[in-house]
Amino acid sequence: MLPEKIIHDLERRARRRRAIDRWFGRLGMVLTLITLGILAVLLLNLAMSGLARIDWHFLTSFPSRRAAEAGILSAWVGTLLLMVVTASVAIPFGIAAGIYLEEYAPKNKWTDFIEINIANLAGVPSILYGLMALGLFVYSFRFGQSILSGGLALACLVLPIVIVATRESLRSIPATIREAAFALGATRWQAVWHHLLPYSTGGIATGVILAMSRAIGESAPLITIGALTFIAFLPPPAFLANPPFVSFEWLFSPYSALPIQMFNWVSRPGEEFHANAAAAGLVLMVITLSMNGVAILIRRRAQRNIHW
Amino acid sequence: MAPAFVAPGRRLDKAVEALMVWILRLGGWASVLVTFGIIVTLVTESAPFFARVPVVRLVKDTMWTPLFSEPQYGIGALLAGTMVTTLVALSVAVPLGTILAIYLSEFAPARFRELVKPMLELLSAVPTVVYGYFALLALTPLLQMLYPDLPQFSMLSAGLIMGIMIVPYVTSLGEDSMRSVPMLLREGAYALGDGKLGVAVRVVFPGAFSGLAAAYVLAISRAVGETMIVAIAAGLQPRMTINPLESAATVTAFIVQVSLGDLPHGSIGYQSIFVAGAMLFLLTLGFNLAGHVLRKKFHRAS
Repeated sequence: MLPEKIIHDLERRARRRRAIDRWFGRLGMVLTLITLGILAVLLLNLAMSGLARIDWHFLTSFPSRRAAEAGILSAWVGTLLLMVVTASVAIPFGIAAGIYLEEYAPKNKWTDFIEINIANLAGVPSILYGLMALGLFVYSFRFGQSILSGGLALACLVLPIVIVATRESLRSIPATIREAAFALGATRWQAVWHHLLPYSTGGIATGVILAMSRAIGESAPLITIGALTFIAFLPPPAFLANPPFVSFEWLFSPYSALPIQMFNWVSRPGEEFHANAAAAGLVLMVITLSMNGVAILIRRRAQRNIHW
Repeated sequence: MAPAFVAPGRRLDKAVEALMVWILRLGGWASVLVTFGIIVTLVTESAPFFARVPVVRLVKDTMWTPLFSEPQYGIGALLAGTMVTTLVALSVAVPLGTILAIYLSEFAPARFRELVKPMLELLSAVPTVVYGYFALLALTPLLQMLYPDLPQFSMLSAGLIMGIMIVPYVTSLGEDSMRSVPMLLREGAYALGDGKLGVAVRVVFPGAFSGLAAAYVLAISRAVGETMIVAIAAGLQPRMTINPLESAATVTAFIVQVSLGDLPHGSIGYQSIFVAGAMLFLLTLGFNLAGHVLRKKFHRAS
């Protein structure tokens, strides 16, 4: 039997620990809610200043010197076309690189190097992709300040996201699946095509959506390649009424984009332009947040449906 | 010896295999090509600058005014802005991110955690130009109520918002690494009579330290490279100051500011943004590599 005093002391300490734990639990909960609250305040703030500006006219008008008449037509068309270029470059290259690194690459110095390289690439500030695009695409390749240059810059920027997502979802497939395919005489590619890729679609799709949502919101690299100009026209159409029916002229057209348009309006003095900025920001937030929401849902479902 | 049996179509399979290996390998090289492209562009476009300006002036000058008629090239003025905004951001993101990571990993009920984690991630999905708007038009007026002398553009406002943006990076990486600390270690500490917070601070935190350190280092890299928030809310005037209540341009904001004007290829302004970019690349490269090494170390340990 321990002396009374020691037992008393131990009990007192245990009580104090429990009190501290309870206190920290509450603190954590409150801080979590505050942090999430900031997101809500942000949305509310945009909605209060911008919601009144959003109407059909706003979506179908070009920017204008008069704030009340200005719209985001050229901006959202530009964003859409940029994403076409970005997606058609980043998705195939990213998935191919992911498959290669996870399924094919031998473990050697070169593979280690590629690995470190991707880790670094994922952390390179976005504006440096803009500088690269300025020196390389705009001046060396002479693509000019075009949709092609911008889309390629964004593709380079989100490439690591697609690669990492592809690798992670391939890695979560057990080795037994591959071994079973090989045992039946499949080549490596057949195992990838018929088994590994179908099983990792959820993870890859999540990564691709997140990558696109990141690209939609990015403005710094586009500013360095000179996208911030007054654009009151649309790029030439991609589909024609006469042969050859398709045209790629739009790739070389100047453009605007949603975040760029918003930046332009933020940096102007005057309440009215700021209201336009808020409205553009609201559109941008709705797009990126819903893309993220979809990505989360896909990830959830993929996790729930698969039990290896 | 009889030739080995070759299944029909096997030769085609082999050919497809060989082709695909090359196509996939091409994808792997693309990522290296991008890095190569960044480095080569930064080097070749900033090289003429160093042919014109002696390197010592980068350190010796106290102002950064490459576009003036009597230019000064003290890159320290830009680095000061980057340093101050980064420190302000970290003073928000590191404590808040760490507490949230401890809370989510050790205290929160599993269902609450699974609900909250993806919502926290949304904070880093918000376009940075929206954050810039928020810092300039919502936070700055608020701060001005508390401190009336705060200028319209201030490093404090931009840094605080940047900190909020970075919180999810710290929290999610930190939480992952804390949760992978083996249960046995926690149970040992509980058996010795420690409470939850005690275990979290004395056992889990040290056990996950390399993962947390990676989170901090990557957060620094984010803050150093963040562009739009500081370009919108911290000001575009390079200034050698460490007072967060003032406005000053960061390395990234300077690049934006010069890009906004029309700059001819090969002019000193054009070259100077690549010098700033090279500086930025070296800084973030250091942090990214450190973060990568720490993360690897953590994965090997657990």
